[in-house]
Amino acid sequence: MNTKTSDTLLLIVFSIAVLAGPVILAPFGAGYPDLLQKFAIYGIFAIGFNILFGLTGYLSFGHAAFLGVGSYAAVWMFKLLSMNIIPAVIFSVIVAGLFSLVIGFISLRRSGIYFSILTLAFAQMCYNLAYSVLTPITNGETGLQITLSDPRILDAAAEGQAPASNLFGLDMISTWETSLAGMTLQFNMGFYVCALILILSFWISMRLFRSPFGMMLKAVKSNQNRMSYTGLDTKPYTLAAFVISGMFAGLAGGLLAAMDPLAGAERMQWTASGEVVLMTILGGAGTLLGPVLGAGLIKYFENIFSAINDSTLHGVFAFLPDGLNNAVSAVLGLFVGEGWHLTLGLIFMLIVTFLPGGLIEGAQRIGRLFTSRSKADPQSGEAQSRPAPAE
Amino acid sequence: MDAILLQILNGLDKGSAYAMIALGLTLIFGTLGVVNFAHGALFMLGAFCAVTINKLLTLQKIVLSDTEKTAWGTPLELRTPYAEAWFGDAGTWLIDWSVPVSIALALPFMFLVGLVMERGLIRHFYKRPHADQILVTFGLAIVLQEIIKAFFGANPIPQPAPDTLSGMADFGAAFGMEAGVIVYPLWRLVYFLFAAAVLGAVFCFLRFTTFGMVVRAGMADRETVGLLGINIDKRFTLMFGLAAVVAGLAGVMYTPILSPDYHLGMDFLVLSFVVVVVGGMGSLPGAVAAGFLLGILQSFASMNEVKQILPGIDQIIIYLVAVVILLTRPRGLLGRKGVMEA
Repeated sequence: MNTKTSDTLLLIVFSIAVLAGPVILAPFGAGYPDLLQKFAIYGIFAIGFNILFGLTGYLSFGHAAFLGVGSYAAVWMFKLLSMNIIPAVIFSVIVAGLFSLVIGFISLRRSGIYFSILTLAFAQMCYNLAYSVLTPITNGETGLQITLSDPRILDAAAEGQAPASNLFGLDMISTWETSLAGMTLQFNMGFYVCALILILSFWISMRLFRSPFGMMLKAVKSNQNRMSYTGLDTKPYTLAAFVISGMFAGLAGGLLAAMDPLAGAERMQWTASGEVVLMTILGGAGTLLGPVLGAGLIKYFENIFSAINDSTLHGVFAFLPDGLNNAVSAVLGLFVGEGWHLTLGLIFMLIVTFLPGGLIEGAQRIGRLFTSRSKADPQSGEAQSRPAPAE
Repeated sequence: MDAILLQILNGLDKGSAYAMIALGLTLIFGTLGVVNFAHGALFMLGAFCAVTINKLLTLQKIVLSDTEKTAWGTPLELRTPYAEAWFGDAGTWLIDWSVPVSIALALPFMFLVGLVMERGLIRHFYKRPHADQILVTFGLAIVLQEIIKAFFGANPIPQPAPDTLSGMADFGAAFGMEAGVIVYPLWRLVYFLFAAAVLGAVFCFLRFTTFGMVVRAGMADRETVGLLGINIDKRFTLMFGLAAVVAGLAGVMYTPILSPDYHLGMDFLVLSFVVVVVGGMGSLPGAVAAGFLLGILQSFASMNEVKQILPGIDQIIIYLVAVVILLTRPRGLLGRKGVMEA
């Protein structure tokens, strides 16, 4: 199978999996709209981050700033123009693109750890400013919200309560419920909007990976000096990658606001930037599917783990003798609920230490284990000499 | 003039903290070549050494009074800390001086933490790219702060300075200026002197001992020192422990100035990194100088007169300086030529 057919196949399988998300994930207790939207949105965010980090190797520690900026831009569009999400999302992408152009232009003059610190510094600046001087724009600690009295020049005047975001009249929060085999399936409008954009993003990133431009970025990652010695200026390429990934982050931020029209500065905090790094690494940086997988897993476990509390734990271990039950619950209690971040940190360390290529690499290793065992005959030499696929 | 002097003084305590953390960071980078994002967490661990000691000392013994009654007629509960019950006046003194006393715990504890961290985790990352080092230490920082949160809760825990040192010093009067113009919290002065002592001790250690000489030689050319038959790795491990101790001590003594909570480390880490970059990666004097410089700059930027001209400048001044320095003089103010200039 050549790359083109396998790519098409991957895209089709991916699309089906995403669109069937509410059905597939319902048995895992993750089939409700709020979480599904998060899967899709953070998937987009991670795909965008992967275009920068996975392809060029530049580790940005300030991507959450673009997400936050995108959210603010979208909410302002809701306030001023219309509750239709199209202008909001477009505007958030544009604003995030402009921000990333400026920040990228400066930060990319340095590489390696200096680049990380520069992006971190810019993100912290945005965060601090959003909390202090820019309060008229960002509404400070309260966060930016829509109110009934906003102008919204394109919409008819709303009455009663602040209107919900929509796409030409289709409300984002509207959900069609049905039940299958005893489970409630929830098909949410907002999720499907996000899902379609996720598939589109996946397709774009796939095209980018396969394009000459993508090859150039991979070359930058493997040896930037050599690229410069051949007389090629790598900066336009890396800057383009930075801006594209910033725009993806803005898109994700805009969608976050579109699903739930409010924006707060905490989205820009540098721990949020760390989270998207973790998603990408967990799934596998530089792979197509990895970031989406990582984003989904982290958001899933975040929801599941933080929902578990002491009494659930005691219930689960009720079969144990009382003393043991209390002990086990106390220990595990550190890792769930409020302590979910502890688990996150541990996963982070384990992945970086033992599986720097992420889950995709892990799956490949397991796969290789089986293929090499089954092909323990003279022909195995050929299988090994075949170049490893890009993902 | 008075205002300027006052702002310089105000910047000193923050600057001292930055300088001490940045010194440890750049020491680790210079010796082991590792970018340690968990260094802020070490600062926080130090601060929580002080919290722990204070909690232990103030554990209370509850005795029901025989004679006195409360308003409800139940016997009055007499609460006395065990420390006071056992040691009498010495116990009271211990409680009052709990923050400086905590240094006794922080010294061995932080050294141990440093050694365990280096041997257990960082050692495996020498050959890995900087990005991996950043990521794994970032993960470690999250783990450490979450453990602290699980034990001590999420709220800041105020720590009192010793009574005699918690007042205000009339600084101006001491230098023959008008009384009451330059008034400065005494503890901040103590903190600055303490930081100066610690920094001085580290520099003397590196400058005037054989051990320090070998370490400096190793920083300049690790391979040659190794070829001379010196076990440089062992010494570098000890330097990691030393860096952890410096960060920890900075944290212990900082608790009366800023009540520690679990994300204290993260807040300081980002700034300390910026300090290291401004000072020059791997340059020890650069880290210290930049620490004080940025601390003072920050306090100038938070003057009302400055804020009126440039609103919000106090929030971003440090990052702004870092951006300008990185773009114009990539090796930092005092960085060696050719070290991490890319």
